[in-house]
Amino acid sequence: MRTTVSLILGTLLLAIPASAQELPNPLRIATEGAYAPFNYLDDEGKVQGFEIDLARAMCDEIGANCEFAVQDWDGIIPGLLAQKYDAIIASLYITDERRERITFSDKYYQVPARFVVPKASTLEISREAMQGKVVGTQRATSFERFMRDEMAGIDLRVYATMEEAYLDLQSGRVDAIMADVVAASEGFLKTPEGEGFEFRGPEYTGAKWFGYGAGVGVRKEDAHIADAFSDAIAKVRADGTYQKISEKWFGFDVYGE
Amino acid sequence: MLTFLSDHLDAFASGAVITLQYTALSCLFGAVLALPIALMRLSPKAAVFWPATIYVLFFRGTPLLAQIFLIYYGSGQFRPTLEAVGLWQFFREPWFCAVLTLSLNTAAYSSEIFRGALQAVPRGEVEAAMALGMSALQRLRFILFPRALAAAWPAYTNEVVYQLQATSLVSIITVMDITGVARVIASRNFAFYEAFVTAAAFYLAIVYLVILLARRVERRLHAHLAAADANGSRKIRA
Repeated sequence: MRTTVSLILGTLLLAIPASAQELPNPLRIATEGAYAPFNYLDDEGKVQGFEIDLARAMCDEIGANCEFAVQDWDGIIPGLLAQKYDAIIASLYITDERRERITFSDKYYQVPARFVVPKASTLEISREAMQGKVVGTQRATSFERFMRDEMAGIDLRVYATMEEAYLDLQSGRVDAIMADVVAASEGFLKTPEGEGFEFRGPEYTGAKWFGYGAGVGVRKEDAHIADAFSDAIAKVRADGTYQKISEKWFGFDVYGE
Repeated sequence: MLTFLSDHLDAFASGAVITLQYTALSCLFGAVLALPIALMRLSPKAAVFWPATIYVLFFRGTPLLAQIFLIYYGSGQFRPTLEAVGLWQFFREPWFCAVLTLSLNTAAYSSEIFRGALQAVPRGEVEAAMALGMSALQRLRFILFPRALAAAWPAYTNEVVYQLQATSLVSIITVMDITGVARVIASRNFAFYEAFVTAAAFYLAIVYLVILLARRVERRLHAHLAAADANGSRKIRA
């Protein structure tokens, strides 16, 4: 009896790593496609951006046949849980709340969050000074959580994409928006539309809301996919591929501390 | 699910108030606008007929989602012009853009219901009214409108129910209606199933109430028929 049990156990132990380590083929990656310059759709509707280049480099590294799917932001985690794709590479920050539902790779970049206001505005950035003011940001983001928890009393408007928040900042419907500094700078402030707007107030990095940087998100049972990406991140950073891609999109290393 | 409900019932209730307000306001403005449009569509004069027809074609021929985007973000592009004419203070508010678009949209659909109902009034009754020497206005007031209203009511009830569900689209311009509340709660707590089942239950309850109310009104509109069915002879004598 005991030999049978140990035989079965032994077979299982041998079998699990062999099959579980295999990456899905194709490996389907979801991105938002509305968060320039990290991920966006070009004029032909193809996904482009820092994260797309980085994802391709990581897929080469782990020998995966990767395909991209474009998914609206607030459905991106439900879609993963519903098996629509296998991984999320969409500036999804690693937070404790999200970790209760999904598993992350190591971080692959980290930038602080900050408010953007019209240059002409005299708005002071503090909870007291902003009472009753209108602030826009994207729904289901760390920014939204921060605003609701720490900035109560501010009229918060949440948008499906950051691009819509930029539009309403331009039209003057909102007094300020909150976004990450690189997306806001590259995707808005440095474009012709962003003329006349600037960052104001401190940079926010508190792990409670802004997490531990952006990571590759996978279902909890697919921890091996997250591990493969963690290895790939370490390798592309070690061999300089990461720095080259970051230089191309931002002119600096966006990895953070 | 129960703790979920007790935690978020307030938020859903405030969303339901917004949904009801937007539905009621847009149906009211829409109906007021629909009547002249329906009459214009029945006019033999091209200068009267075509503007109404193009209006109906546009609002029935394009998705409501696109109309909401167009009016909300489109008006944002024309801020200086709108400010010059004093309208920006309205267009800057999401609720105004939402109610405006919903009203214009439902007016187009409702006008077609009204037009069909006006055309369905038997010719003979109109001719009888003419023979009695009623003026055009009197014919509208005493014959055409009451008859058309009774005929249009069931279809119009449907339009109100559709309109109620269509208001769920306004959450894309930051309005916190039932759907807007559900989206925020779902993403915050990763409780997608619970949030949208709750939202669906709220819509279902409101739709059921609307239908109940509409039935009562319908019975009154058709009171003469119902009474005749029940005890016809006495009613006729009275």
